[in-house]
Amino acid sequence: MSELTGTKIFGFGGYQPDKVVTNDDLAKLVDTNDEWIRSRVGIESRRVAEDDETVEDMAEAAGAKALAASGLEPSEVDLVIVATCSPVVPLPNVAATVAYRLGIPAPGAYDLNAACAGFCYAIGAASDSVRAGSARNVLVIGAEKMTSWIDWTDRSTCIIFADGAGAAVVGPAGPGEPQGIGPVVWGSAGDQADKITVTGRNGAITQDGQAVFRWATTAIAPVALEACRRAGVTPADITAFVPHQANLRIIEAVARRLGIPRDRVADDIVHAGNTSSASIPLALSRMAEQGRLQPGTPALLVGFGAGLSYASQVITVP
Amino acid sequence: MTDQEILSGLAEIIEEIAGTPADEVTPEANFVDDLDIDSLSMVEIAVAAQDKFGVEIPDEQLKDLKTVQDVVNFVSKNS
Repeated sequence: MSELTGTKIFGFGGYQPDKVVTNDDLAKLVDTNDEWIRSRVGIESRRVAEDDETVEDMAEAAGAKALAASGLEPSEVDLVIVATCSPVVPLPNVAATVAYRLGIPAPGAYDLNAACAGFCYAIGAASDSVRAGSARNVLVIGAEKMTSWIDWTDRSTCIIFADGAGAAVVGPAGPGEPQGIGPVVWGSAGDQADKITVTGRNGAITQDGQAVFRWATTAIAPVALEACRRAGVTPADITAFVPHQANLRIIEAVARRLGIPRDRVADDIVHAGNTSSASIPLALSRMAEQGRLQPGTPALLVGFGAGLSYASQVITVP
Repeated sequence: MTDQEILSGLAEIIEEIAGTPADEVTPEANFVDDLDIDSLSMVEIAVAAQDKFGVEIPDEQLKDLKTVQDVVNFVSKNS
């Protein structure tokens, strides 16, 4: 059997809506305050999409930037995966529409719902597709309009969730190049499905925050550690740790468990909020723009959230 | 394990998680009022205590543990 094609990431792109919502803005809606939000969750401000701004719009914007960063033409992409858990309607899917808008000619296109683990799941699926020969170049997008599923009178959630999109292009590694996307470690804890839910067709996101915090701060570090092991690296080798931007306290607790120094840890949540599957690629794209990523070195990604579900892999920074 | 051993183990945990110097972790210290430790940090402390002492402190139990001595007593009773 011939060896599998190697894969790597070619570039990132990110998009945030224009409208900024600060903690003080939220303090006018619900009983909360800036200091409490900063210390409890770590957010200073977040972005909220306009009423007529859709998941497709945001996905398209991030996707276009990732394509530009990758140096690939739309015609070179033959698979589009959009990780999202917040589409307005169940069909048509977001991926096919976004592919068309980006001028990508008739690619495979599907949406993937693994909530906040979605982007890591999608990177795993994209890499596997290229390795097995099902695709040549894959545009992977995480795009969410979480605010459309929020009860603005629920201070435990309306301070956390926000909107945005991030994207990456996955393609074949060059001849002789080392594998640039490590094996994904993914899993689920369906016994705890009731910890993060949407309450019916016109409902809102609700979560048992304390239970989720306990789960995230105990179960996730071992998953990320396993992803390192499978990629043949240790946490000490990781130059950027980019966990799902759920809550700064969770991010710091998991980083502490892994022994990764704080200055290598993504904290995009501070000005982005929790954008579910968009949070990891949005953080990566902004870190890349700010020159905070070291090309050619290993970065560790781990997504986790509703399902409960999780996925992690090591990627080589493009 | 003696109460003193539990106390000093707990002080180590609190120092790592909340940054409070270990010598400020006295038995009568109240987590919220004296040590400025909120319910999220309590969860982290409970998890670390489980690793260190082998005693599980469930979420429902946590809210009744108001002082350092409360936690020492709980660990001592359940270990």
